[in-house]
Amino acid sequence: MANSNAAPALPETNKNVTAAARAWRRPPLIRNRALRWTCGAGVVVYLTLAIASLQVNWVRIYQGLERGWRFVQGFLLPDFVSRWSDIVIGMRESLTMTVTSTVIGILISVPIGIGAARNLAPRPVYLLCRGVIALSRSLQEIIIAILFVAMFGFGPFAGFLTLSFATIGFLSKLLAEDIEDADESQAEAIRATGAGWWQLINYAIQPQVMPRLIGLSCYRLDINFRESAVIGIVGAGGIGATLNTTMDRYEYDSAGAILILIIAVVMAAEYFSGYVRKWVQ
Amino acid sequence: MLRIDNLRKRYRTGDEALKGISFAVPSGQIVGLIGPSGAGKSTLIRCVNRLVEPTGGQVFLDDLELTALSRSELRKARRRIGMIFQEFALVERLTVMENVLSGRLGYVPFWRSFARRYPPADVDKAFALLERVGVLDQADKRADALSGGQRQRVGVARALEQDPELLLIDEPTASLDPKTSRQIMRLIREICAERNLPAIINIHDVLLAQDFVDRIVGLRAGEVVFDGPPNALSPEVLTRIYGEEDWAALQRRPDRETDEERGAREAVDGELERRASFA
Repeated sequence: MANSNAAPALPETNKNVTAAARAWRRPPLIRNRALRWTCGAGVVVYLTLAIASLQVNWVRIYQGLERGWRFVQGFLLPDFVSRWSDIVIGMRESLTMTVTSTVIGILISVPIGIGAARNLAPRPVYLLCRGVIALSRSLQEIIIAILFVAMFGFGPFAGFLTLSFATIGFLSKLLAEDIEDADESQAEAIRATGAGWWQLINYAIQPQVMPRLIGLSCYRLDINFRESAVIGIVGAGGIGATLNTTMDRYEYDSAGAILILIIAVVMAAEYFSGYVRKWVQ
Repeated sequence: MLRIDNLRKRYRTGDEALKGISFAVPSGQIVGLIGPSGAGKSTLIRCVNRLVEPTGGQVFLDDLELTALSRSELRKARRRIGMIFQEFALVERLTVMENVLSGRLGYVPFWRSFARRYPPADVDKAFALLERVGVLDQADKRADALSGGQRQRVGVARALEQDPELLLIDEPTASLDPKTSRQIMRLIREICAERNLPAIINIHDVLLAQDFVDRIVGLRAGEVVFDGPPNALSPEVLTRIYGEEDWAALQRRPDRETDEERGAREAVDGELERRASFA
């Protein structure tokens, strides 16, 4: 047997190899030394030029500091009272917008997400669904909000449509990727029993992706609330509209109150989604 | 009775996994399919129920030509073929009972399976099978809470819930310890005997195969290079299947136990196992 005759003495060349191998270094990411240095130098030069090209107006910054300080003071002494009824209306609009758009968004995202999973959908369906996702993701919320405000007028309805549309891009894409990553052997086992396509989804795919889908939905609820504050600024209603009005009137103390409330709601949503995610695992 | 006739599979990459396989498995016979990794064992059993679509040849289950079926006919035919997997392939987040009942998916309409409202006969059968394989007390646990041996028992119950006429078994013991492996192989053997089921088992462990199967088919590079009884596996045959190696260690000892001795020892094993499960 080969392993019965004990290891023969290493030949002379082998010893040299061992000695050389003691000075091991990790192979570099870019093997070519010249190319490596050129890339490194290029990055440094570009960053230097880019930073130098920023024109900084120090006088303006000094003036701005004063305004910023007033803002911070408003924040420190928030005024919840004088605009309270406006704040309540804005909050209610925002929360309604957030919840409805998230629910509608999820309901539309699930079929699109399934259609955009390469391992489940036939080619044409896959391409169509990926197209919808790409469209939804490439348009930023504010741009869609401006479009919908122009189409449907000021107010929370435009905001609701915007957030639903944005939710579709976000959730469908992540759901599709989760489905594509699902354990194929479980799906194979269900298919081998003679299950139909719907049964395959219900028995092999759904149990695997459900916890993540719920987690993502909670996360999206959180995002939608924050976005509702932003798109309000372009006229899509909600707390953002209220915030915008107070800023326009230089009522930084009321603006501060609104920001504090937004932070409180986001934190509550964060806590809630963390709890739900732990519970569904 | 399963008949495979000149079965071929060429993957889109151009690899020819099966190069004209032919053999038949009569009722009640357990065939052990052995061969090196990549020889086409997994592809072969997946071509039988067309989880992998063969590119040539025919497969018959009794008189039904599986390879000629349309999509919906294939679904009906798959109900008759139970499959047991390496790594168990249970749906981990479903309960044990749901996993067993999923064996009925081909028989019940979608709304029943969706609402988990299976006909009482199916539920009775599932409970009986869980009892038969010895995991009745785990019925409401999630599948991922079970040990490897228990999971494979659930896998066996799921396959039997289909009322299969054929079992396809892919490396049933690959992730089990030696003792559990023997228990699972024994369970499969007993069940095939009880129901007169034909079975094909892909298996890497030659000694285990020799102990528990009726017939060995050796596959190498997509071709059958051996087909015969387990005790005909000589070093020459093993070399033909796997290539050159010192096969002395794999040879069965001359003092191999007789069937009666094995029966006695297995009874003791079974008793120990029962006690262990109570402990």
